[in-house]
Amino acid sequence: MNKKHIYLDHGASTPVHPQVIEAMSPYWTEIYGNPSSSHEFGRAAGHALDSARRTVAGLMNARPDEIIFTGCGSESDNLALRGVMWAARARGQGNHLITSCIEHGAVLQTAQQLRDHFGFDVTILPVNQYGQVDVRQVADAIRPGTALISIMAANNEIGTMQPVLEIGTLARAHGIPFHTDAIQAALVTRWDVAEMPVDLISLSPHKFYGPKGVGILYVRAGIEIVPALTGGGHEEGRRSGTVNVPFAVGAAEAYRLAVEEMPQRRAHYEALRDRLIEGIPAAVPDDCIVTGHPTNRLPHNASFAFRHCSGNDLLIHLDMAGIAASSGSACKTGNPKPSAILQALGLGEEWTKGGLRLTVGQQNTLEEVEYVIETIASVVHKLQKLNLLFA
Amino acid sequence: MMDIKVPTDQKKKRVVVAMSGGVDSSVAAALLVEQGYEVIGMMMRLWSEPGSGPAAPANRCCTPDQMADARRIAAILGIPFYVVDVQDYFRQRIVQFFIDEHERGRTPNPCIECNRQIRFTYLLERALALDADYLATGHYARVRHSDCGYHLLKAVDETKDQSYVLHVLGQEHLAHVLFPIGEYTKDEVRELARQFNLPVASKGESQDLCFLGDGDYRRFLQEYSDKAGRPGPILNSSGRELGQHDGLPFYTIGQRKGLGIAAGEPLFVLRKDVGHNALVVGTREELGQDDLVARNVNWVSGSAPARPIRAQVKIRYKARPVTATVAMLADSRARVHLDEPVFGMTAGQGAVFYDGDICLGGGIIADTPEDTLETANSQIVEDGILT
Repeated sequence: MNKKHIYLDHGASTPVHPQVIEAMSPYWTEIYGNPSSSHEFGRAAGHALDSARRTVAGLMNARPDEIIFTGCGSESDNLALRGVMWAARARGQGNHLITSCIEHGAVLQTAQQLRDHFGFDVTILPVNQYGQVDVRQVADAIRPGTALISIMAANNEIGTMQPVLEIGTLARAHGIPFHTDAIQAALVTRWDVAEMPVDLISLSPHKFYGPKGVGILYVRAGIEIVPALTGGGHEEGRRSGTVNVPFAVGAAEAYRLAVEEMPQRRAHYEALRDRLIEGIPAAVPDDCIVTGHPTNRLPHNASFAFRHCSGNDLLIHLDMAGIAASSGSACKTGNPKPSAILQALGLGEEWTKGGLRLTVGQQNTLEEVEYVIETIASVVHKLQKLNLLFA
Repeated sequence: MMDIKVPTDQKKKRVVVAMSGGVDSSVAAALLVEQGYEVIGMMMRLWSEPGSGPAAPANRCCTPDQMADARRIAAILGIPFYVVDVQDYFRQRIVQFFIDEHERGRTPNPCIECNRQIRFTYLLERALALDADYLATGHYARVRHSDCGYHLLKAVDETKDQSYVLHVLGQEHLAHVLFPIGEYTKDEVRELARQFNLPVASKGESQDLCFLGDGDYRRFLQEYSDKAGRPGPILNSSGRELGQHDGLPFYTIGQRKGLGIAAGEPLFVLRKDVGHNALVVGTREELGQDDLVARNVNWVSGSAPARPIRAQVKIRYKARPVTATVAMLADSRARVHLDEPVFGMTAGQGAVFYDGDICLGGGIIADTPEDTLETANSQIVEDGILT
């Protein structure tokens, strides 16, 4: 029997697009200078970096000097939060940050550190049963010292899209900078910063067929940030450290392809996602719920919670069956803690350890999706019986 | 190069190996891969001491380092690797049991309970759910199959033999269990680790309790039990008070040193009187016991002998086997009469029966024979009467 290798964890990472690999290739041994050097090797590398930056800026309708290359999406989040809050304190203008309870750890942990170690005030907003933030609650939380609002564009675990434009409009009306972690949302949203009231945007190329090890942070001109990495003053003094030129080039090419192919990619993902959202609950009636918003969700994300199941066990059985997925209720150490996000949705104890996330990609097919539906049904039934044995 | 011995049928079957990152389970996994099985590595997370930090005692097992080691071995062997977290279950069933038994004046062997309730039930069920034919562990023991069924044998290396803690297994378990390293001596296992290029050959392998990072059960009990450290009188067997003890769990039966009492002749701990919170001491002569009742007796063959049998009995993991007569009583109990007295028989420890290399089964030593003999006598089954 041939073992299958079905990858349904594109929300975790994606393979690098062949055109991206091609774009990066001159920068290992041909164009390898430090972009800051004044000789021909440096100039060639500097030009490549500059072009990459212009490409990204162009795709977002931004200025090149508003684009910072970081080491990863998490670093972009870290820089956005810390940078803005430290700058606000330095100006004596505010001490308060508003964010939500379902942000990625790169935002939430940074916010908590700002609160616990740096004396900032942090408001963490709850979400409704779909994981959506209520704009009125954001409005209620705003107060004179509010220096930043950070709400993610789409949740990585349950796929729910947030009302980013409304929140951005609200923030702008109060003159408060607005950051969004758009790491999962790059696939669906064309970020046009001339049109959209968003001041800082985090992107992560390895989620859209680019390389790992590079991140992007858009910072609107006029928004001041205090750098976390100091040194040579790279990236206009905002993020020191020699930029990874091949990866910046790769990031730009990946983003270019993502924006250019967005309609076709979306159509492909949505067809597979919708089949999963329809097929899996039908195959596991009574014991399966779709988590996140039923329609206002990422095009490639189908997420579920299964009753009386452990996310860890689900992933092991699926891996053995040749299906790679992930779960907010699981991790490499086998830790069986319930998913904080599922808990935030108000789900009961019998559901919160049974989260499963399937994120489709370019290479997935409808045939694979049918196999996945069948397999999940039989695995869930087997695991429910097993768990009842040891309840 | 050593010949790799094949203990069982080597058709391409699926085996889940319980891996700990240590040399025994790593070599077990490597042997199974070599023998052509489809191997899956699995590590159970059993316990992490709460409040761990630089000051807390390091766990002996289940640390992130050990997980990383096991994961690395699996990657080197080219097998899948999964971690299963059993911490809550382990704490409720095994750790709590350990504390409770000490509070009742007994000295438990939690490894026996872990094998009974976790390793060969919980983990075995999970392995079978993954369509595995077997669960393999790095225990030093052997399984053999004959016309009469499955047999549990001591390991080739008697100094490392762990059949004592495996006496709780039955036919339905042994049908699905492999012990690859039981066929080798400890030195051979280390040599195999070198041959397989496993980066574990130089690691220490301890058989202490896995949830006691520093091996100090006294410290553990003081922290987790409020009944453990209650001082009380030390009495001799006539009831005369000779001194004070710091808490019954901190003493072992047969202990001579550290009692803090001056006497004409050496005095040994005879038993713990939980009712009066008293430690009873006596002479070496008084310490000798040749009778015990074992409860929760398991017979590996699946059925208890109808008539009394002769067997070699170990009353402790490291005890020398002593020939005895074993007779079944009601309620899965057995009466064991040893041919010669043993010194330091302890309620809560396992009494395990052997016929040469074959482990027949065993039970848990019930509270002192004097206390249970009357009950035992009244329960003797009709056709197994002890003479």
